[in-house]
This record gives sequence, structure tokens and C-alpha cells, in this order.
Amino acid sequence: MTTLVFAEPHGDAVADATLATVTAAAALGGPVHVLTTAAGDAHAAIAGVEKVLVADDAAYANGLAENLAPLIAGLMAKDDTGYDAVLAPATTTGKNVLPRVAALLDVMQVSDIISVEGPKTFTRPIYAGNAIATVESSDPKLVITVRTTAFDKAEATGGSAGTETVSGPGDAGLSQFVKLDAVESERPELTSAGIVVSGGRALKDGETFEQYITPLADKLGAAIGASRAAVDAGYVPNDYQVGQTGKIVAPEVYIAIGISGAIQHLAGMKDSKVIVAINKDPDAPIFQVADIGLVADLFNAVPELVEKL
Amino acid sequence: MKILVPVKRVIDYNVKPRVKSDGSGVDLANVKMSMNPFDEIAVEEALRLKEAGKAEEVIAVSIGPAKAQETLRTALAMGADRAILVETDEAVEPLAVAKILKAIAADEEPGIVMLGKQAIDDDSNQTGQMLAALMERPQGTFASKVEIDGDGVSVTREVDGGLETVKLTLPAIVTTDLRLNEPRYASLPNIMKAKKKPLDTKTPADYGVDVAPRLTTTNVSEPPVRQAGEIVEDVDALVAKLKALGAI
Ligand SMILES: Cc1cc2nc3c(=O)[nH]c(=O)nc-3n(C[C@H](O)[C@H](O)[C@H](O)COP(=O)(O)OP(=O)(O)OC[C@H]3O[C@@H](n4cnc5c(N)ncnc54)[C@H](O)[C@@H]3O)c2cc1C
Repeated sequence: MTTLVFAEPHGDAVADATLATVTAAAALGGPVHVLTTAAGDAHAAIAGVEKVLVADDAAYANGLAENLAPLIAGLMAKDDTGYDAVLAPATTTGKNVLPRVAALLDVMQVSDIISVEGPKTFTRPIYAGNAIATVESSDPKLVITVRTTAFDKAEATGGSAGTETVSGPGDAGLSQFVKLDAVESERPELTSAGIVVSGGRALKDGETFEQYITPLADKLGAAIGASRAAVDAGYVPNDYQVGQTGKIVAPEVYIAIGISGAIQHLAGMKDSKVIVAINKDPDAPIFQVADIGLVADLFNAVPELVEKL
Repeated sequence: MKILVPVKRVIDYNVKPRVKSDGSGVDLANVKMSMNPFDEIAVEEALRLKEAGKAEEVIAVSIGPAKAQETLRTALAMGADRAILVETDEAVEPLAVAKILKAIAADEEPGIVMLGKQAIDDDSNQTGQMLAALMERPQGTFASKVEIDGDGVSVTREVDGGLETVKLTLPAIVTTDLRLNEPRYASLPNIMKAKKKPLDTKTPADYGVDVAPRLTTTNVSEPPVRQAGEIVEDVDALVAKLKALGAI
């Protein structure tokens, strides 16, 4: 069996999410090909990748599922060179595109896998990570999204895959990309940072969030995250949200400041290696998962921490 | 224009799910069940479009056990006009749900099908995208803003890199994210009124859809439990502990 990985769009570079997905794909046992909508060179260097397919038609450039799904389903279904499985990272792109591919192939997708247990058997979190299901697919082909924090990254260099240009039906004429309002930041990316500092509702407003969280993150070279409450209240943009319905992170160190630890938040960070919590309420549920807890008023503790680090 | 809003009956988001000791699933006996929170947001958005004069009728659909009627009554009490229950005791997978919805959409011809982006039980995040594929229509997933203009709909999407705007031709499928709106509570008079609103009951067979599962769940287990660590006295102790763990 040959497996296709749909690469996370990331300019001409390779996203960490793609590297983790290649590892998951390799666990299926067969050769791994990668499909990218950008230049193929960087992807051809990923260790263990046999071939890179480059879909450079402008219709695929903006990640529109209406255009990409028929392309991927078409590649999967080819008689001679078709694929038995397609995997994509469970990013907002993968989550948008792959179920559309699955339906075109009449396949039930396996979402957000955290392990490969057999050729068609996987584990995945359900109920906000409060249970882990082992599921076996009976479909002839597999369509899978991957929780990237659960897999090691494949080496980004050392491979020398051949590249091949592919084309598909192009623009389906159903949808148009209008714009992306991106939040530019010099910081490490939230889902791949070694240290994450997250703030919650306790930070009061955008200015206070910035005033207390940013210096600590700067000092540690950390990415900044937030609870839903902090995002809803407009302290920080939506892409900072960690949790069941935000980003899943598993850094070396996760520092939760003024976050209560609702199950939906824990779902996004409880696989972090070391969890630190600063909260003034000794009964806050976050302390049940924290390796190091400090019961304190953050407005005193955080500046002191910045000073003493 | 009609808006079709599928709603799912799931464990209430405030309840901590318990895994059954025989590994067969999550224990839902005597557990509070509610409408999936993302579906509440979808109902609310559909109602707002109707109130703004952009839609004439809001139809709620649920695929599930007889008790899913309660979920539909909630949607009706919020303001939906009528409801369809596709009754089955099987756990219907997203692909089969999408097939049933496609058949309902073929009857009803909605301008928009508005779904929650994921259900908080199986966390699949698939049904809207699959429905869009089967109907060969565009999809605006993870929406935080929905604006109808002319024969199209403009959807602002919450994506990993920020906010993305796409323009879709109608009919379209939209899936809702958390910040799209804050759902209303049903008032007591509206709860009473909802009891009299039409609710049709069907079965998957009425739509010719085979709901046999494609995925077999062979085991459901507890995730590894994290042990609570240590509560430190002060910031100095916190720094010392971080250093001791090699964390910084
Ligand atoms: C369907 C659904 C999906 C959801 N998805 C997510 C998700 O992806 N991510 C997410 O985070 N949430 C999510 N939520 C929301 C979640 O249930 C909680 O409401 C949210 O996480 C709470 O955020 P918080 O901890 O910042 O706020 P709160 O729960 O209000 O906690 C604030 C904490 O700050 C502490 N505090 C206050 N002042 C101080 C001070 N001066 N010093 C120190 N501590 C202080 C308080 O003791 C409290 O513990 C979701 C909810 C639903 C229904």
C-alpha cells in the first residue's frame, strides 16, 4: 500500500505539522508520497518520503476545499497509481479539506488519530480527550487526520524524493478566497513552541494581558496562548486559543496564568511535559493537572517571576 | 430562502464523561444531555438571518434516538419553525448523517445548511464538509461571521493563522465556530409554544440511507491520568522547581 500525505500549506517551507504527519503515514508501513500546493523542493528533502506531487495550479493556492478535494480524491482513486490512504495534519486546513475528500470516496474519515495500532486500527481522543477510542476502519481506503503533537517529527532533511507535477479539475467555481487577516508575530508558533505561556480571563483586558503575559513569554522565548474566555473577551486574537476547539499543544513547558482549567481547556494542553499553574484560587481544577502550582495573585507573582528568571 | 439546521443530542458540556469499566464506551446512563453547543450557535445564527429578513423558514433536523425530540423542541423553543426527527437507535456516523441530510436537503431545497463544526462527543468535525461534498456545494467551515449578499454568502473563518474570508455561491453549507454568536435562551412562553410546532418523524430507511457503521470501536479507555504535582510556597520555589525539572 502507498500512502499520500497532504502537506500543510506553509509558503515554500515544510510545516512541522507535515513532518509529524509523515511519521504517522510511515507507520502504516508503505511508501509515503507528499502532495504540496507550493514548491516541491523542501518537501522532497523530508527523510523517508519517496515522491513529491506538486499541484501548482492557482486554484489550489488558497486551500479551498471545493477545489482541493476533487484533486486529492482523483489521485487516490487512480487505477494504477492510486493511494490506499491519505493523511493530513488536523489543522484547520486538514480538517476543512479531508472530510470532503472522504465523502467523495464514500469513506468514513478517522479524525485526529494519536496512534497507529495496525494497518486499519487507530486510537483517537473523544469527549474532549476524556476518553480514548480504538477504532478499526472497514473502508477500502483510509482518510485520516493526525493530531500532530502525538507523533515525532520526521527529519526535514536527508531525503531525496523525486518530484512530479500533478493537475486536477482546477477551480470548481463554487467558492472564492477573499482574504486572510493574519496576525504577524516574531514569536515561535504556538503548536510547535517548546514553551507556551497562556493567559485566561483573569488578565482583564487586552492591555493588561500584553503587560503581564508578554514580558514572561519574551524572557522564556515562549509562544503565547489563551483560554477561550480570554479570546472571547477580545484580549487576544482567535488563533491564540488552546483547547478542545482551539489549538492542541504539547510543549516542554506550559504555563497557565489565571486559567481555571475547564475540561475544554485541558483537552488542548494536558499532554504538555511540565505544566505550571498560577492561580489565586487553590481549588482551581488546573492544579489537578499541574506539576508545579503557585497559589497567588498573578499581578504580583508574574512580574516577580519575570524578574527572578 | 430556507435554512436547514441539524442538531445533535450529546452529553452536556458541563458533565465530565466517565468511561465504562468494560471498555465499551462512555457511560451515558442518567447523565444530563443537551443540544451540542455548536448546534445551538447554528440555530441562533439561522434565527438571526430570519429576523434580518434574509430567510423565511428555519427547519431543525435531528438524527438520533426518540429522545432527540427534546433537542428538537429546544430548537423550536428558540424559534425554529418546524422540525424533522430521523429516528434511529444506531450510533450514526458523520458520513451516514451527511447522506441523510443530503436527502432532506433535496426535499427542502434550503439556501443554507447551518451545522455546528463538531459534536462534543465524538469530536469528529466532518459532517458539514461531507454534506457539502455530497451536495457538490461550497462550504464555509469554522465560521465566526456570516453575511448574505445577493446570491452569495461571505463567511469569515477561524483558521490557525488568523481569520480567513471566503465568498460562497448559494446554496452553501456553513459550520459554526464558538464566536459566531451567543445563543439565546428559550423563554417559558416560547417553550410552551414549541410544543405545538410541527415535528415530523422519519427513519433512515425513508431516505434510503444505509447507516451501518464503517468504523468499529473496539475499545474505549481512560486517558492516562496526570498526577497533580506540588504546590510551591512562592515565586522563588517556583523558579527553583522549574530549574530542578530542567524545564528552563
Ligand atoms: C463547546 C465548548 C468548547 C470550548 N472550547 C474551549 C477551548 O477550546 N479552550 C478553552 O480554553 N475553553 C473552551 N471552552 C470554554 C471553557 O469551558 C471555559 O469557559 C474557559 O476555558 C474558561 O476560561 P478561563 O479559565 O480563562 O476563565 P475562568 O474559568 O473564568 O477562570 C479564570 C481563573 O482566573 C483565576 N484568577 C482570577 N483573578 C486572578 C488573579 N488576580 N490572579 C490569579 N488568578 C486569578 C480564577 O481563580 C479562575 O480560576 C469551551 C466551552 C464550550 C461550551
